[in-house]
Amino acid sequence: MNFFREILLEQLPGFREFPSIVQTFLPMLLGCLVCLALVALFPLIAVWLERKVSAHMQDRLGPMRVGGWHGWAQTIADGVKLLTKEDIIPKGADKLLFKLAPLVVFVGGFAAFVVLPFSDQFIVSDLNIGILYVVAISSLGVVGVIMAGWASNNKYALFGGMRAAAQIVSYEIPTVLAILTVVIPVGSLSMQEIVKAQAGGVLNWFIFQPVTFFAFFIFYIGTLAEVNRTPFDIPEAESELVAGYHTEYSGMRFAFFFLAEYANMFLVSAIAVTLFLGGWHGPWLPGPVWFIFKSMCLVFLQMWLRWTLPRLRVDQLMYVSWKVLLPIAFVLVLAAGTIALITEGPA
Amino acid sequence: MQVEAYAGEEMVLNMGPQHPSTHGVLRLELETDGEIVKKVTPHIGYLHRCFEKHAENIDYPGVIPFCDRMDYIASMNNSLGYALTIEKLMQIEVNERVQTLRVLMAELNRIASHLLSIGTYAMDIGSFTPFLHCFREREKILDLFEWVCGARLLYNYNWVGGVSHDIPSGFVEKTSEFLNQLEPVIAEMDKLLSYNKIFLARTAAVGIINKDLAESFNVTGPNLRGSGIQWDLRKEEPYCAYETYDFEVPIGSGQFGPVGSCWDRYYVRVREMEQSIKLIRQALDRLPEGDVHEMVPRRVKPPKGEIYGRTETPRGELGYYVISNGGLIPFRVKVKSPCFTVLSVLPAIARGAMVADIIAIIGSIDIVMGEVDR
Amino acid sequence: MKDTSEILQILQEKFPKYIVKSNLESAAPFLVVSAKALPAVCGFLKNDKDMNFESLMCLSGVDYKDPKTEDDRLEVVYHLFSMSKKHKLILKVELSRDDPKVPTVENIWGIANWHEREAYDMYGIQFEGHSDLRRILCPDDWVDYPLRKDYVEPETYRGMPAAASKQFAELAEEGEDLGTNPYRAG
Repeated sequence: MNFFREILLEQLPGFREFPSIVQTFLPMLLGCLVCLALVALFPLIAVWLERKVSAHMQDRLGPMRVGGWHGWAQTIADGVKLLTKEDIIPKGADKLLFKLAPLVVFVGGFAAFVVLPFSDQFIVSDLNIGILYVVAISSLGVVGVIMAGWASNNKYALFGGMRAAAQIVSYEIPTVLAILTVVIPVGSLSMQEIVKAQAGGVLNWFIFQPVTFFAFFIFYIGTLAEVNRTPFDIPEAESELVAGYHTEYSGMRFAFFFLAEYANMFLVSAIAVTLFLGGWHGPWLPGPVWFIFKSMCLVFLQMWLRWTLPRLRVDQLMYVSWKVLLPIAFVLVLAAGTIALITEGPA
Repeated sequence: MQVEAYAGEEMVLNMGPQHPSTHGVLRLELETDGEIVKKVTPHIGYLHRCFEKHAENIDYPGVIPFCDRMDYIASMNNSLGYALTIEKLMQIEVNERVQTLRVLMAELNRIASHLLSIGTYAMDIGSFTPFLHCFREREKILDLFEWVCGARLLYNYNWVGGVSHDIPSGFVEKTSEFLNQLEPVIAEMDKLLSYNKIFLARTAAVGIINKDLAESFNVTGPNLRGSGIQWDLRKEEPYCAYETYDFEVPIGSGQFGPVGSCWDRYYVRVREMEQSIKLIRQALDRLPEGDVHEMVPRRVKPPKGEIYGRTETPRGELGYYVISNGGLIPFRVKVKSPCFTVLSVLPAIARGAMVADIIAIIGSIDIVMGEVDR
Repeated sequence: MKDTSEILQILQEKFPKYIVKSNLESAAPFLVVSAKALPAVCGFLKNDKDMNFESLMCLSGVDYKDPKTEDDRLEVVYHLFSMSKKHKLILKVELSRDDPKVPTVENIWGIANWHEREAYDMYGIQFEGHSDLRRILCPDDWVDYPLRKDYVEPETYRGMPAAASKQFAELAEEGEDLGTNPYRAG
């Protein structure tokens, strides 16, 4: 928040004369607008990127015409199309929940962007419970998915919603334990502290430390399941449930789900970068550039996995979460705690 | 329609006629308890186009385009079965060039059909990339067919007594080139899909058709061979001189689970493509000279009688029961389609499976609704 | 491997009165069985070790209504095959048009379930003892049996026109103005 306050102090003449309540809220508004811009802009690029990546992996071209060079404006065209579609609400649907669900899913993802550390100055809000806040608020998305599944008055959507609930809740646990293995050596939940603890060269990144190396994989797999990407995309399994929990949504409401999914992809990649890959650390280029570059690499990896691997069945998914990832995560937390005890002595 | 009282927990889910992965218009009524399916009732007939009634109203050669449209993925094999049946009834012996061309086209179509089957199966399981690779290769086969007879999907190629078009010059070289380039693609698909742990987890223990069930329900083709039974009509009751070709018949061996699983059926299809490549190479080598219209009769008027002829199509054993009353128009043409019989096994093997498994099972038995409903 | 005459002999010894007719001279020799005897004969054919007809290749209904001959009956034709012994057999059951009833063989060969449903759907043949005899290809509320030779299409089905309409060529020959000729004035 201080970052935006500084900017406003410098750029906006007469800022000091504003009433104190405006002085408090204007930087917040600016910060949120920046986040909103990101959350709106990133899916634009990501959808285009996904289409291109998948196309080239499948020996075809992808969008080529809209906007000229390799169809970069394709997503904008699709967005315009979705905006102009008829708003259809199924007959027996629970109207309030139906309308609310996409917003809840969207907000769950969007609200977590405020703690992403783009550089050592540029963070909208450096909460001292940063990572805990992210975990908590992104769980709001599950509520939205269940609401969508239930309110649609459609059995397929209900199936999708239930599967999504089971999946996301199950994979939260190993994910949070993996996060714990990073928090223990750092000693703080704040995102900036975690990034600063990885200062001093590439080898200080947590991915190259013994325990957190494995935790990275647990975290990455867990978050793949959180954002419903293949091989964990059964909630929206196209060939089984038509479109899962968002079967009945069309137009702008569907666009919200779509936006939320891609924003979530960036969010979890950004968190992985913060926790394990050194955040905004990097030579020569400014912090935000490195941060976004590293996040995009992980996003590319997510896309790569989607177009290569088949989909797991629900019970196999649960098996992987509870019987494979969770025990490993427990062992890792134990190991991290033991190492912390040995190196730093009892607190 | 009766409304039964459900025991409270069960939900009736309709995988309705329009669904991304039921391979055509098939309606499955699932009674599920959560994710476990208690009962599956397939409802067919959405694509019924009255083939048998049509066949009683047009002359014998006019039935051939209708035959193509039953299993539209493997049309060459359908019309081959019909042409062979009528030729047997009329006691016509075609010359060797016609026989070789028929084998060539039937095997090319077998590869195309299996490519589609494998591609769509992968897509149902969630792996989207093999679908496009398979279709890319299938496009090349369809281009070859278009070169020969002008049509990409429904050829009207096998006539009673011959074939409709002779192959153009350059066809043999182009086909050889295509085969050389297809073999690495099949190897690549093996690497990408066949031994993938997730694919195995989804298919290797699911949808077991054991030997008794297969025999009782007259399951044929790759579905039967996936259950470990060595039975291929091309070897057992050869037609079109198949006994003079050198090829093997792959069967499922239960490598990764019980014999007769979805994976076995899928794998039989992959290996069958390789055997088809072998057959096509032999056919291309031996293509003798001859006139393809030599034995085509001016009027197809079989003597009074009846006959049951069957051939091995990519989906199984296709049977034609033709009754002739000596006239120009058939008296009765009954088609025993392989997909019809294998679909009737579905209620027996799907009990206790999960909803995702139903998709895996249907994909593995490779049904084309055009053939089920005729 | 046995041919039909040998099978006929064995069946005539075992079931003296059940084989009503036989035709061994035609290219496709067949045996005609009486309807009531069908389950017993089929059960024997499947389970006997020498016969071992484990596969029912095809079950067809046929309508023998030919204006040229005197025929007027329905038939059910069973094509049996033994994969282990490699012999074939054709069984037929002759039924009257008004009351075609045959016992089911679905307990012997599971595939008969759907084949019999189709024969019922297309010909109206009642299979006694069938667990689920309802239409399979036509809609559930379709009237009459389509593949019979005396079948007349209904005019409408649930309000939609069902009979075949005249082709454009026929209408044009009858002098109707189709309004599709680009060279017509007006």
